[in-house]
Amino acid sequence: MHIVFEKRNSVSRKAILLVPTVSFLVSLILTGILLIIFKTNPFTTYSSMFIGAFGSWTNFTETLVKAIPLMLTGVGVGLAFKLRFWNIGAEGQLVFGGVAATWVALFWSPFLPSWLVLPTALVMGSLAGGLWAGIPAVLKVGLKVDETLVSLMLNYVAILLAQGLYYGAWIDPKGMGFPGTKLFPKAAWLPRFSGRAHIGLFIALILGVIMWLVLNRTRWGFEIKMVGQNPRAARVMGVKIGKSIITAILISGAFSGLAGSFEVTAISHRLQQGLSLGYGYTAIIVAWMAQLNPIASLFVAVLMAGLLVGGDQVQMMMGLPSAMGIVLEGMILFPMLAGSLFTDYRLKFITKSRSREAAV
Amino acid sequence: MKKALIMLLSVMLLFGIGFSLTSCKKKETPAKAAEVSTPAKKFKVAFIYIGLPGDLGWTYEQDQGRKMIDEKLGDKVETTFVENVPEGPDASRIIRQYAQKGYNMIFATSFGYMDPMVEVASEFPNVYFEHCSGYKTSDNMSTYFGRMYQARYLSGIVAGKAIPKGASIGYVAAFPIPEVVRGINAFTIGVRKVNPTAKVKVVWTNTWYDPVKEREAAVALLDSGVKLIAQHQDTTEPQKAAKERGLVSIGYDSDMGKFVGDSVLVSPKWHWGSYFVKTVQNALDGTWKKHSYWGGLKDGVVMLSSFSDKVPQSVRDLVAAEKKKIVDGSWDVFWGPVKGQDGKVIVADGAKMSDGDMLGMNFLVQGVVGTISK
Repeated sequence: MHIVFEKRNSVSRKAILLVPTVSFLVSLILTGILLIIFKTNPFTTYSSMFIGAFGSWTNFTETLVKAIPLMLTGVGVGLAFKLRFWNIGAEGQLVFGGVAATWVALFWSPFLPSWLVLPTALVMGSLAGGLWAGIPAVLKVGLKVDETLVSLMLNYVAILLAQGLYYGAWIDPKGMGFPGTKLFPKAAWLPRFSGRAHIGLFIALILGVIMWLVLNRTRWGFEIKMVGQNPRAARVMGVKIGKSIITAILISGAFSGLAGSFEVTAISHRLQQGLSLGYGYTAIIVAWMAQLNPIASLFVAVLMAGLLVGGDQVQMMMGLPSAMGIVLEGMILFPMLAGSLFTDYRLKFITKSRSREAAV
Repeated sequence: MKKALIMLLSVMLLFGIGFSLTSCKKKETPAKAAEVSTPAKKFKVAFIYIGLPGDLGWTYEQDQGRKMIDEKLGDKVETTFVENVPEGPDASRIIRQYAQKGYNMIFATSFGYMDPMVEVASEFPNVYFEHCSGYKTSDNMSTYFGRMYQARYLSGIVAGKAIPKGASIGYVAAFPIPEVVRGINAFTIGVRKVNPTAKVKVVWTNTWYDPVKEREAAVALLDSGVKLIAQHQDTTEPQKAAKERGLVSIGYDSDMGKFVGDSVLVSPKWHWGSYFVKTVQNALDGTWKKHSYWGGLKDGVVMLSSFSDKVPQSVRDLVAAEKKKIVDGSWDVFWGPVKGQDGKVIVADGAKMSDGDMLGMNFLVQGVVGTISK
């Protein structure tokens, strides 16, 4: 007997509800077993994770702080994936966006009216993110260079570039040689509404909804989907595929660039170490869990951020090693992602005799 | 489209149900925990670690200090720690959480926690904050650090004696910040005191704790023909890489000879315990005041580990003599003449470099091969 995956003809309602339910339960049980092995009560662990992330308004604002960049990068990456353009460079696009916003905040602010500093920083950050994503897009469309590798490698370029700047040319002259640019002028600070949670949240939410509307209600959105699903048909219908890819990827990168601009203007108020904590990579998980739906990405980003913040509680409150927090995050995510396979495919058990017949 | 939304909603619902169930269950367990804890309210101290106490280096030594608090003040104080906290703005979340949880004193043990700690300290005026290796303080936030350069200078003498005349030493450096630069310079001054034409080749990893990267940097230096390895990160990997080539090394942070073997000639190491106990005691007594502690060999906050059997007695005697000069204050490492890489005099003969200049050191001394900005 062997087992094969068979694509479901239509995805049943039942599967949509059942699969994530079962996956989530499997996650909790697997993780629970692991926790019991470590002599820790799974229920107290789960509740301390939940309380740490969502248990109070202050805790929730910290979850939002992490959710904002995940929302933007998640939506951006999701758009690229719709085109089957494997942009795994959101991390670099975020960092490059942060660098551009820093440039405006530090060096343009003396020449701009103060109300214009922040918008300019955000716009430049988005443009920079778009540009950074545009490199693999142009290379792919023009020279058929594989975008996965290019976008990945550009992450390292952006991170090192940022490092080079805050250790070198842009280092704070009053920082006694310590790395980091000087603090931005107040005009370049994005307002916070509670704790460290900033108004970038509302911008991210609005942009997510706009992205959904554009994808589902406009001709351009339809073309994007078609290019991803059936490029040949798209070409026959007169869609300029290269142009669609490049515009969409520029927008995808702009989302990440904006996320980076938010991080520097709202959170750190300077360019320094710790600009991104792997948000660009986590965005890939967010996009997939949301099935590339921008509105769903917004919610998944909050859950993901909650998982990251909650993961820290495992060691802070439960006294487990830090590696355990990461293991828990992985064990909760893995069945969820694996589970999505079962909404589109079913397992088929083929007995030996039948499979032999099939072979004949 | 609908499909995705429904799936999402169901996931969220599940999260909700799952967690509300678990929070019901929870009520039984904390009650138990409360019974166990002692009736008298203890002074709670939290430590924020950049790596793992098992790194055998930096965090290991901070953790040894924490254990000394437990040992000496265990009846009045309880300690906890959180490991692998990234440097940068995100750290403020962790620090703030301890402050909110009613911790009385928080130690942040790496440079990159400075700004986050300043931010949290201003929100919790009744909590004591101790930051390692930075330069910002406030009414309830102090800094502590040690003059590791003094111990590094002594280890440089051991290194200079262990290699052929004019040979090169490989130095696996962490981040190009003053602390690390100061260490490289002090070490090089020590090396060249006994081996005036020796060179110290520097490679930056931009890491504190990345065993793989730190090993690779050491291997690259070894491939270039250096005869000894020294390092500034929190792992023992560079020393192990040297040992595999049959070469000797200088440890750092802890007595790395214990973990690697006698190929580690000596290690400049930290000893935080006495300082930690004192500052916690001050807080208990209500005599804690804002301070910038920078202790040296004299206080014993930095020291040399015991020597490997490979270090001859004559070298040990020389080191002891140099140490005596530093401890009694008749000489220090950055007293003139100190020359820069290009041979230009930076500290004139007879002049003493100020603490401020040392804390912001951003030049390399003669004999160092490499640059500061990577």
